[in-house]
Amino acid sequence: MTGVFRAEVRDWLGAHVPAAPLPSLDTAAGFEAHRAWERELAAARLAVVSWPAAYGGRDASLTDWLVFEEEYYAAGAPARVGQNGLFMLAPTLFAFGTDEQRDRILPRMAAADDIWAQAWSEPDAGSDLAAIRSRGVRVCGGWVLSGTKTWCSRAAFADRAFGLFRTDLSAERHRGLSYLLFGLRAPGVTVRPIRQLGGRTGFAEIFLDEVFVPDSDVVGAPGDGWRIAMSTASHERGLSLRSPGRFLAAADRLVALWQRSDSADAALGARVADAWIGARAYQLHTQATAARLASGADLGTAASLGKVFWSELDVALHETALDLLGPWAEVRDGPDGRWLEDYLFALAGPIYAGTNEIQRTLIAERLLGLPR
Amino acid sequence: MSGTEFGAVLHEMLGDADVAGRELWRRLAELGVTALAVPEKSGGLGASPLDLVVACEELGHHAVPGPVAESLAAVPALLVALGDAGADGGWLGGLAAGDVIATLAVPPGVPLAAGAEVAGLVLLASGGRVSVGRPGRFYGSVDPGRSLAEVRAGPVVAEDAGEAVERALEFGALACSAQLLGAGRALLEASVRHAQVRVQFGRPVGAFQAVKHRLADVAIGLEFARPLLDAAAVALGEDTATAGRDVPAARRDVSAAKVACAEAAHRAARAALQVHGAIGYTAEHELSRFLLLVRALVPAWGSPAEHRARVLRELG
Repeated sequence: MTGVFRAEVRDWLGAHVPAAPLPSLDTAAGFEAHRAWERELAAARLAVVSWPAAYGGRDASLTDWLVFEEEYYAAGAPARVGQNGLFMLAPTLFAFGTDEQRDRILPRMAAADDIWAQAWSEPDAGSDLAAIRSRGVRVCGGWVLSGTKTWCSRAAFADRAFGLFRTDLSAERHRGLSYLLFGLRAPGVTVRPIRQLGGRTGFAEIFLDEVFVPDSDVVGAPGDGWRIAMSTASHERGLSLRSPGRFLAAADRLVALWQRSDSADAALGARVADAWIGARAYQLHTQATAARLASGADLGTAASLGKVFWSELDVALHETALDLLGPWAEVRDGPDGRWLEDYLFALAGPIYAGTNEIQRTLIAERLLGLPR
Repeated sequence: MSGTEFGAVLHEMLGDADVAGRELWRRLAELGVTALAVPEKSGGLGASPLDLVVACEELGHHAVPGPVAESLAAVPALLVALGDAGADGGWLGGLAAGDVIATLAVPPGVPLAAGAEVAGLVLLASGGRVSVGRPGRFYGSVDPGRSLAEVRAGPVVAEDAGEAVERALEFGALACSAQLLGAGRALLEASVRHAQVRVQFGRPVGAFQAVKHRLADVAIGLEFARPLLDAAAVALGEDTATAGRDVPAARRDVSAAKVACAEAAHRAARAALQVHGAIGYTAEHELSRFLLLVRALVPAWGSPAEHRARVLRELG
């Protein structure tokens, strides 16, 4: 099965991946170009291979999903503009949503009719996510949301968003939070794009002023949001956010760059080898994790080990490429400019989805058993 | 027997202070450890390289002294490869039974034979020629549990045996990587135990974030070295089993494993010494056995720099 599937994916991508890169998905035109690409993927039933067929998938195993990802990155296919929804909200709906929610939301997500942004952080709640203050007030048939969300990936151009809101003001910290869905063009919503380090608007601030959310857009029980969001967080940190395909493809390109450079610098060569070894380790580790998950294990805190590993690998790999490029490393629109773009992207990795400092503390306390 | 069960048996065995040297080896033979890499037709177990890795990791986890990678992995692999050419010298049965402890030198990469003072069979592989040697000058290792000797060439066993010698080098590096991973695990466990109970400033030192984060990094290094080690063992096993074997891929995977296990163990050793503080810097403390074993094994069977260079070559 796996071999046949790999061949199909490789052939399809070979025939369909745009020859020239799409414009950045953090521009209005680029966003729509990426949405069109998602629709092409969906039409070939390759957008969400691991989902059930009823929602546009193929019921593929995790192992086959990893195969898809390896081929996807090896083919240099466009970034997944729907990533937040596909890899964070969808697993949450499979675990905690109702049939009605899955039927209504997932097919539109798979077809890129709705592209989702995440709305976790707030100005005063970053690593300390439980400090969020945006709130939902109970009204007839739903909730009315007010507050500010920030660093919301893809929110500048996306259609809808998911996030946590304080719905019980008498409860403290992790309690009294609810997992809610809302439209980014609903009355009362203002989106202010934020230019990132690389100059593009990859995330945005969202202001909510009495935004109505119906009961049908509450995921799980009101007040149970923290537990539900943490299950999503483990997906985000773990294998679904950063599949090994991304690093393997980049490591192979780095080895090619090294060979082309004809450099005699042994220290740089050692870093190239380390980057490749790291990507290979992440691939093998993810395959083993997929096998464990398939047999019913829970990723849990082990996801933190992977999050620190891949995010630091990503930075080190791209820094090595830039060091190999020498004076050309600063040139954004030259022939090797992709290394710089990907490096700027990689720099965010140790920060989002829970900073690496938070992950290390989780590893120490929950996996190693060090005192709190 | 699983790695955990084997570990428990080792733990009990090593608690007995009288068990060392040849007696320790005899006990390992009783457990079948010396027979793992010897084919069944020669009186061994014909186990897979993956089984060998499990055993060597536990030996490293208990800092078992002696020519582990040599006698359990590299020499059997060499003799098995030579046996295909009818030149195995009949030593495999003795190795499996634990009657013979073996070691070898493969200059220039492995210039000195480890544990030659307990070895009944000392081999020298040089330029594709394998000969039965005898120990020359002895050197002291940084690890007091390990001796090192030059090997003087004696009767020739095989000529043009380059492929068999390569096989020995791969298995030596694989077993050494497994020992390093096991020792690294032991160092992390000792660090966590110490950090949980050692109180300074009124708190266990493990409650300080600087200590937590350093040990978390150790855990990450060990976690991501293991899949490389397993993959290298699988690659060497396939290498044995199939005619159209992918030797470059196996070489690449063995080198990746050696680099990752050596780096992870080294990181574990540095963190362990720092977390233990002055008590860790004493010869009496158990930690020293692991710290010095890791220091000895990091450059053994190909240094990390040599293995990184080989990864790059095999990728080209």
